[in-house]
Amino acid sequence: MLSPATETELSEIVAGAAGPLRVVGGGTRPVGRPVPGEALSVAGLSGVVLHDPGALTLVVQAGTRLDEVEAVLASEGQRLPFEPMDHRALLGTGGEPTIGGVVAANVSGPRRIQAGAARDSLIGVRFVDGRGTVVKNGGRVMKNVTGYDLVKLLAGSWGTLGVLTEVAFKVLPTPETAACVRIAGLSDYQAVEAMATALGSPFEVTGAAHVPGAAPVTLLRIEGFAASVAYRAGRLAEVMAPFGSVSVQEDAGAVAEEWRRIRDVTAFAERSGDVWRISVKPSDGPDIAKRTGGDVVYDWGGGLIWALVPEGTDLRAKLGPFAGHATLIRASEETRARIAPFQPEAAPIAALSAGLRAQFDPRGILNPGLMG
Amino acid sequence: MEMPEPDAAILSRKSKIVDRLRAALPAAAVIHDEAELRAYECDALTAYRCPPLAVTLPASTEEVAAVLRICHAEGVPVVPRGSGTSLAGGALPTADSVILGVSRLTRVLEVDYDNRLIRVQTGRTNLSVTGAVEQEDFFYAPDPSSQLACAIAGNIAMNSGGAHCLKYGVTTNNLLGVTMVTMAGEVMEIGGAHLDAAGYDLLGVICGSEGQLGVVTEATLRILRKPEGARPVLMGFDANEVAGACVSDIIKAGVLPVAIEFMDRPCIEACEAFAKAGYPMCEALLIVEVEGSPAEIDAQLGLITQIARRHNPVELREAQSEDEARRIWLGRKSAFGAMGQINDYMCLDGTIPVSELPYVLKRIGEMSKEYGLGVANVFHAGDGNMHPLILFDANKPGDLELCEAFGADILKLCVEVGGCLTGEHGVGIEKRDLMTTQFAPEDLEAQMRVKDVFDPAWLLNPAKVFPLAASRARRERAFAA
Repeated sequence: MLSPATETELSEIVAGAAGPLRVVGGGTRPVGRPVPGEALSVAGLSGVVLHDPGALTLVVQAGTRLDEVEAVLASEGQRLPFEPMDHRALLGTGGEPTIGGVVAANVSGPRRIQAGAARDSLIGVRFVDGRGTVVKNGGRVMKNVTGYDLVKLLAGSWGTLGVLTEVAFKVLPTPETAACVRIAGLSDYQAVEAMATALGSPFEVTGAAHVPGAAPVTLLRIEGFAASVAYRAGRLAEVMAPFGSVSVQEDAGAVAEEWRRIRDVTAFAERSGDVWRISVKPSDGPDIAKRTGGDVVYDWGGGLIWALVPEGTDLRAKLGPFAGHATLIRASEETRARIAPFQPEAAPIAALSAGLRAQFDPRGILNPGLMG
Repeated sequence: MEMPEPDAAILSRKSKIVDRLRAALPAAAVIHDEAELRAYECDALTAYRCPPLAVTLPASTEEVAAVLRICHAEGVPVVPRGSGTSLAGGALPTADSVILGVSRLTRVLEVDYDNRLIRVQTGRTNLSVTGAVEQEDFFYAPDPSSQLACAIAGNIAMNSGGAHCLKYGVTTNNLLGVTMVTMAGEVMEIGGAHLDAAGYDLLGVICGSEGQLGVVTEATLRILRKPEGARPVLMGFDANEVAGACVSDIIKAGVLPVAIEFMDRPCIEACEAFAKAGYPMCEALLIVEVEGSPAEIDAQLGLITQIARRHNPVELREAQSEDEARRIWLGRKSAFGAMGQINDYMCLDGTIPVSELPYVLKRIGEMSKEYGLGVANVFHAGDGNMHPLILFDANKPGDLELCEAFGADILKLCVEVGGCLTGEHGVGIEKRDLMTTQFAPEDLEAQMRVKDVFDPAWLLNPAKVFPLAASRARRERAFAA
């Protein structure tokens, strides 16, 4: 494994690479087409470059462990707004996720609907492109429209356009407490309607999930200062009363644990089968979920569906054409080689994507083929 | 400001090009008369003017595609134009270019409260997007100060912000999807009602690309439910440093106000003279606004005023009524008009790390003396987006050039302290030649590679964003082809 300790070393390795490189952060998210080539670890580029709590900004090297990042922010009562999912339980992987991996995969969690995705909090990047050239874009300030936004382009590019070396974020204060309004017994359709009502209320819901099954439960999270949370959870419970049996969980520890399970899709962690992640218009959620033929969990008010299906299922064939995208998150290497893990793009978009790849990695050596 | 030499061959083919455009669009949608073209010779950066070859005002995505196909085939540059409110010259034409204005594309295509989105044609103004959903108590969050006039197309091109983006983000955080037409005339859908991209985040790179990658004709925007209420508090301090420290303490305390606005003494004085909002005469004013139920607002403002008291404010005024809230905002919202009464002014919008605020204001004050030009500062303090207004006299020979040199020095200072040239107005032509102070050649090269993919002939919105020297080789190569 190639393990550079500095950005300069990393750039020399990429510039001198004779063949494909498999870019690795913490190695906790083996998603996408299996990639050939020598492993290139970014873990050596670690450490906080700058934390400016009064400006709500954090700059870190890309190989920094996520738990270190979170600890640094917590020491000032702050956090990453986008609630990145930990894939280890679901994918059965070990090791420690890195912040660069979070960005490369644009990993978000339930708070995506209110606070945005990783790409929305990301305000600056440094990366090494496929030629070995170091490029910077964005910066350390949260309002910046100077030049094209390559920050967004790099977020979610899975190491195929460049190897991230440094990432900068807008961070937010960690709220004092959280509560969860729970509605029992709703069908998927009722749940999506209830979640739409909650998200369309002025009570600032920061999570809206639905777990179907023998005892279905719909979860609505409220965060903030204690008195405000109590008020808003109470008002939201009133608004939700017509939908079903409503209760309010006020124990912040229990609320955090419940949302960690939603975030990490622990419902499917111990069960066998392939796991797909489908992003759709929320109101389309129940119909799409039905078409999967498998068990599902809804997040993002119904707009994110996690589906558990028998191993080797070509889920897109079952879904047919739909507005949105489906990504194969957990499957054997054989399945991931056979079924495109990322949603194939319409021809004009695919041409732009291929053009960008050719510009940033002309030799095709960075995670070649990972995204299909 | 250097602009590329117009292509004589294109100028000589004007009548043929106009004929082709007139064959594709209704007669009224193609403007080519010299006198009428004058209306399009500049945007809100009025110091630079150049009438275009022709103006087209298509009324549908298909007509936009037809215009672009013709211009692509003829090798004619195209300048996309929203409402022409750019302060950076983002819609400045060249003599050999065709303007593609979206002002006739104003329809609301879909409102979907259940999924919290609206789909509009992009010639629609920012404020009228909120206007289309406010009867259900929803709103579109990005609120640039030109929101009465500016078009969504321009908001997307510049990734516009506003006073409330500390809480709600800027355009890119509120944009779900677009219908875009490439320079070659190809129509594509990017994003939609779902979240996040299937592959690369093309939407993210299109937003803020200053109309150089494609023409966006329709947009799906996120709408939000209005908060139960909002209330501002006004605080005066006897030094910029103290106000800056107060902002930092408020943010560190875990409160996230929806807006924190800062004004310095020259700005306070001008606003007070103009709007008579009853502002105290002091060195620095903060307006902090919070949202929620009345009790939530009380609690947040309680915490904020407690923090402010530690900084010995000379004034602390919480709005007790709608009218008082309106008066607190009145002065701030009339800042630009107030400065305009006094003088010609140039508005900058560099961003700095909030912690550098006292130092930067001190340096601007010193430079103001060196240049002999006055400056008033009004500032989105929560996110570090400065708006220094440099006062000059347009009728005095050399004053504009002096003002531009001063502005460039302020922007260089912003970059020096870890900030950037522009927080929400865009680069346009205004800051084009300063790009090398913020970016190394390879950083610009990476951005230009994106342009190569979307617009290989380099025809869309020429001479913006990139220094002409940096883009010369590409433009010449494209021209030769």
